[in-house]
Amino acid sequence: MALLTCEHLTLRYDTLTVINDLSFSVESGDYLCIVGENGSGKSTLMKCLLGLKAADGGKLTLGDGLKRREIGYLPQQTQIQRNFPASVQEVVLSGCLNSHGMHPFYTKADKQRAAEQMDCMQITHLANRCYRELSGGQQQRVLLARALCATKKLLILDEPTTGLDPVVTTDLYRILSHLHEDHGITILMVTHDVECAVRHAGKILHIGKNVSFFGTCAAYQESELGKRFLDASASEGGHCCGGTKEEVS
Amino acid sequence: MNALSEILTPEYWSVILLPALIAGIAVSFCSSLLGVSLVLKRCSMIGDGLSHVGYGTLCIAVAMGWAPMQVTIPIVIVAAYILLRLSETSRVQGDTAIALFSTSALAIGILASSKANLTTDVSHYMFGSILAMSRGDVILSVVLSICVILVYLLFYDKIFAVTFDENFARATGLNVRFYNLLIAVLTAVTVVLGMMMMGALLISSLMIFPAVTAMKLCKRFRSVMIASVVISVVCFLCGLLLSLCWDTAVGASVIAMNLLAFTTASVNGALRNARVKRLQEQEQEETWQTENC
Ligand SMILES: Nc1ncnc2c1ncn2[C@@H]1O[C@H](COP(=O)(O)OP(=O)(O)O)[C@@H](O)[C@H]1O
Ligand SMILES: [Mg+2]
Repeated sequence: MALLTCEHLTLRYDTLTVINDLSFSVESGDYLCIVGENGSGKSTLMKCLLGLKAADGGKLTLGDGLKRREIGYLPQQTQIQRNFPASVQEVVLSGCLNSHGMHPFYTKADKQRAAEQMDCMQITHLANRCYRELSGGQQQRVLLARALCATKKLLILDEPTTGLDPVVTTDLYRILSHLHEDHGITILMVTHDVECAVRHAGKILHIGKNVSFFGTCAAYQESELGKRFLDASASEGGHCCGGTKEEVS
Repeated sequence: MNALSEILTPEYWSVILLPALIAGIAVSFCSSLLGVSLVLKRCSMIGDGLSHVGYGTLCIAVAMGWAPMQVTIPIVIVAAYILLRLSETSRVQGDTAIALFSTSALAIGILASSKANLTTDVSHYMFGSILAMSRGDVILSVVLSICVILVYLLFYDKIFAVTFDENFARATGLNVRFYNLLIAVLTAVTVVLGMMMMGALLISSLMIFPAVTAMKLCKRFRSVMIASVVISVVCFLCGLLLSLCWDTAVGASVIAMNLLAFTTASVNGALRNARVKRLQEQEQEETWQTENC
């Protein structure tokens, strides 16, 4: 059974229909990129997957023993967080909350887990630093470590590379590939950068106003929609996001 | 001008000053803890809105001859819940809705009290009167502060998560609405008690000032919390002393002390930032170089 299945999903804000009759599924071990223009409803779809927004039609099912609260999430960053007085350790630890119900304090195991994830993200030396004083790339690593504390299975990322410089962006893609290949974590990433998406992902979900596409990268590059979108992105100059998949890994 | 020693007779101390001290410290304590959450969640407006609602309700209660506290506290709690929902659901017009709601409540209250010709009786809630708090008020503020301390001790980690990133907290299965409601209810009670003390006009700044000052000084969430409490209580004590010595209004004196603390912290922070920035630039250059080797 698939990890996540959407059947004929419809999402609305009051009268505005953002997603209409969308069907796709995420298998365990997938690396799926969700692309589409600004305002096409990518973040809205993420909110639905995370249970922050109810489906207005169709249905969403979780399979493979995945629980809602076991999804790791890297949100689109807000200004509020950027100025928040908190140490890196406090932020990372807050990812462990889902595993211990009514228990009031963090356990030894939680702290251990947070330390492991910080190690994995190579931010152990920043543990006592103030979150708001870190660079954009470092902040993303911290949030990624927090998301990894919350999950062992599925990681959902919403435009994680926005505002990062090319070097840091390449770095982030390398980390994601590493998590996907070596730790077997399923990755579901929203991005506006379609070139990077086809370079790194295994599958693509394209959400458009009236059209949508769901399939493998190769099929996407062959499809009418994919060609059009890739061409448009290339003529804009696109974004640099490091080498090819082979080079990166 | 009274000399301090003249007014500090044993009777004055035990009947008036001691209750004021206890209540004042308790309310300063609660408002500074809750203030950190409110400021960081970008809803410091709620404190202000609630004080308007509280004053309006108090006017009505006095006009009708009801017991002020027993009526005001439940109504302000309900208002807190409504304001929270307003800022949650209507994304764009959150603070506009709060302003409309709270000033309407205030206007209705003032109308009611002016019809009953009681304006002089309620106007001291505008500026507070800590030296005239009843025994019941003092007990209530102590109970409240115990509740706040317990909530923050037991739910500290969750409150951090909800404040830092509400969506993430909700996605990982935390009951965000419950914690928001908890904070709103405690805020409501604190605002009503604070209104008795500091006055409706000044209570919201009592919540905001210590939190903002603490944020200028500290970098961790935990230390911001602690610093906020310390600043709030110290400013209250200094303000009270000031008002006793110079016979000034207590609420205004406490806020003036907070302003002084804030200004000191700002200047200190600006100086330190300049130094840190220089250091960081050097450090960043170094890491950049090592990463590219
Ligand atoms: N909370 C909201 N209330 C009403 N409309 C919204 C809300 N959030 C997003 N929208 C609208 O839904 C559409 C999709 O938004 P979003 O999912 O953020 O797009 P994307 O992430 O793909 O750029 C946009 O037209 C946006 O204006
Ligand atoms: Mg978006």
